[in-house]
Amino acid sequence: MEALIAIIIGALTMGGVFLMLQRRTFPVILGLSLLSYAVNIFIFISGRVALNAPPIIGMGPAPIDPLPQALVLTAIVISFGMTAVILMLALGSFLHRGDDSADGGGQ
Amino acid sequence: MTAHFVILPVILPAVIAGLMVLFAKNPAFQRLGGVLGVAGLIALALHNLAQASLGPTPYFLGNWPAPFGIVLILDRLSALMLALTAALAGVVMAYVLATGWDLRGKYFHPLFMFQLMGLNGAFLTADAFNLFVFFEVLLIASYGLLVHGGGAERMRAGLQYVAFNLLGSTVFLFALATIYAISGTLNMADLAQKLPLMPPEDAALFRLSAVLLLMVFAVKGALVPLQFWLPRSYAAAPAPVAALFAVMTKLGAYAMIRFGTLVFPPTLAATGALWGDILWAAALAGIAVGALGVLGAQRLAPLIGFAIIGSMGVVVLTLSQFTAPALAAALYYAVHSALAAATLFLLLDVIEARRGDDDLAQAGPKMAQGGLLAGLFIAAAVAMVGLPPLSGFVGKVQVLQALSAHAPVAWSAILLGTLVTMIGFARAGSALFWRVDLTQAVAKHPAQPTAFAAIFALIAAMITLSLFGAPVADWLGVTAADLMAPQAYIKVQSLPAVAP
Repeated sequence: MEALIAIIIGALTMGGVFLMLQRRTFPVILGLSLLSYAVNIFIFISGRVALNAPPIIGMGPAPIDPLPQALVLTAIVISFGMTAVILMLALGSFLHRGDDSADGGGQ
Repeated sequence: MTAHFVILPVILPAVIAGLMVLFAKNPAFQRLGGVLGVAGLIALALHNLAQASLGPTPYFLGNWPAPFGIVLILDRLSALMLALTAALAGVVMAYVLATGWDLRGKYFHPLFMFQLMGLNGAFLTADAFNLFVFFEVLLIASYGLLVHGGGAERMRAGLQYVAFNLLGSTVFLFALATIYAISGTLNMADLAQKLPLMPPEDAALFRLSAVLLLMVFAVKGALVPLQFWLPRSYAAAPAPVAALFAVMTKLGAYAMIRFGTLVFPPTLAATGALWGDILWAAALAGIAVGALGVLGAQRLAPLIGFAIIGSMGVVVLTLSQFTAPALAAALYYAVHSALAAATLFLLLDVIEARRGDDDLAQAGPKMAQGGLLAGLFIAAAVAMVGLPPLSGFVGKVQVLQALSAHAPVAWSAILLGTLVTMIGFARAGSALFWRVDLTQAVAKHPAQPTAFAAIFALIAAMITLSLFGAPVADWLGVTAADLMAPQAYIKVQSLPAVAP
């Protein structure tokens, strides 16, 4: 289970970093999204991986730490909002200049 | 009621910003709200300065005991940064109202308030994840402020700024999750208690998260090699907004000081001098990049951006020592540097409005109020470079004293950087004020006494900081001593005892 999650996080991060290094804004935004998925899963498992363990004391043999779930919820909301902002900025930049290169279009 | 004064610097701007959004169509209401909000923040900052001088004051959100709930702590360092933020916000607000910058786009005032809320929260919080949340609050407001007024250049610079900072936020989250996985807590004081007892096999992971955090703060503090976003973004931002952003680089320095003394002190076996060594090298490079950038800039706006990078280099070089005298000197210089940068940005806006551009390579028309502008530019340049009689000189003397143990490297870097920066500013001043194309007519421009009053207020603040250098340095000395011995900061939270 740990290995699977680690591979997923690694693959998401790899894809995110690759896309972030592209020249156009759309892949960059996709890359940022992939990176935020990776970090969300990373936060989620920072309270250790456990199956069928409720985050409430007394409802199972060993409760799982509930705090990472609260943290990841915050992180998801923030990354969602930030993605919306950067999409609007990218769209605004594209409409103003007519091209969507992230680096300033050779100026 | 006075117990809640600790959190009011966060609540007040949040409530006012919310009300402003409801009455978005009414500029007079927005302006009134902005003025009231900033005035309230200044009054709170003065109260909190007095309060913090007596000792750290905790505020437990929802009365949850630490480390389970979020704790805000008002200590001397937080109070100092709150006061700096409120003072700069006051000046910028006066300037913005005088020049009508707020009417050039929508929602300037709510965004301004959210920006202040994020800054104040980041300076107050004692919880690492809460620090991340406030970073995001101030960043999302800064994105809006950066593109205020619109235009292609702003959109492009804004896009790069947002993408870069989102990457920084992701790294921040990776670092926090790693720290949580090791220690099981994100309360900074609890971390300070638990990390010395951490098993040695976790030390490598912990060092990794320490360096990741340092990268995040280096992005905020514009530390080489993560500084390249700053000159372009600040040059594209509306100049009064850039003047407020001068506090944001200081937020990076604040976070380095807070974490470097509380969570990763030099006495901690796992990290030791790791932060100090990295910061030392990066700051030396920062001084060089800043000075050369000032010398080579083709426009005044990026020139000021590079001057900020250079002055952050001086601040970080000093604080990388993590000793009480060095921290006191770094704090003094950081306050001065924020004031000097804000002065220059406001002056940049005044010059741009009268000259038409800030191009240093081409002769411009003779400016209205040119003599006054030239005098103010000399004063602001003297402040930024660090010549007597303004506070930059007092600050640099303290910095040099604090770094006397490393005199050959540190002194030569700082003094050479000062010389090159001075030449750069002299070149910029002569290009702006002496290389005048007399064939072009002098453009008429309203006198705007309030805008000039804002600039004079900043210069007066730097003169005051210089005149009262000794009492301020004493107060900062106690602040630095408290930081190096954070027992009081930890004790006020009444954390559960940690079994060794």
